[in-house]
Amino acid sequence: MSDTKVKKMLFILSKATLENVYAAFVMANGARMEGIESEIFFTFFGLEAIQKKKLEHLHVATVGNPAMHMPTMLGGLPGVEALATKMMKKEMEKLDMPPVGEFLEILSDSGCKLWACKLAVDMFHLEKEDLIDDLDGILTIGDFYNRADQEGTHLLFI
Amino acid sequence: MDKTIGQATISVDQEGYLTDFSQWNKEIGTEIAKEQGIDMTDKHWEVIDYIQQQFKNEEPLSIRGIKKSGVLDIKEFYALFPGGPLKKATMIAGIPKPKSCI
Repeated sequence: MSDTKVKKMLFILSKATLENVYAAFVMANGARMEGIESEIFFTFFGLEAIQKKKLEHLHVATVGNPAMHMPTMLGGLPGVEALATKMMKKEMEKLDMPPVGEFLEILSDSGCKLWACKLAVDMFHLEKEDLIDDLDGILTIGDFYNRADQEGTHLLFI
Repeated sequence: MDKTIGQATISVDQEGYLTDFSQWNKEIGTEIAKEQGIDMTDKHWEVIDYIQQQFKNEEPLSIRGIKKSGVLDIKEFYALFPGGPLKKATMIAGIPKPKSCI
């Protein structure tokens, strides 16, 4: 469909900090907007972003993140992470960035495939019902590699 | 630069977007759509109308905005303008390519 050299972008999202989740979502959506196929494979903590009960409660990391310009000790105090998250969400709303749940809907409607990693689903004892309805399925890593088996495909680990 | 389309000459940027909206009309939109592999239907024009309206009101265009537009949903948008819907729809509508990342 696209006349670009990149035909398909496959993202592996392994983290559930807000900044990483949005990075994956913006890039996956951006690919679709350019006519490039895109898919996201949610693994390990990345699974939090597709768990119905957790997806609207993701946080930015205030500890171990030097770019927050906040002393590590302070970042670890109760409430600091929640406050930083609230501030960031406010800024994102100003830029018309959708909340996680709505963003997942947009991605799914745009034709971006959303996959959960089987190993991680088993490890966290999750059931299909715990995950969003728009999920396209639960895959092994082998299945996922099969989806990458065409020219012009790129994989990106986040 | 100038581009001849059908009977008319229009000025476009390097990517083919009209640089002067006053030169736009439906025939030009139809021709641009053809170049993009799209045959315009009433539904396509409804979307183009919406997009031009947003542009006139200086409302930023985004995929989220399409979802809220009430004109069509995102799935239909991708089906009507396959391969980069907002990119193609704005080109057909004769307005600049949206600068937004979302």
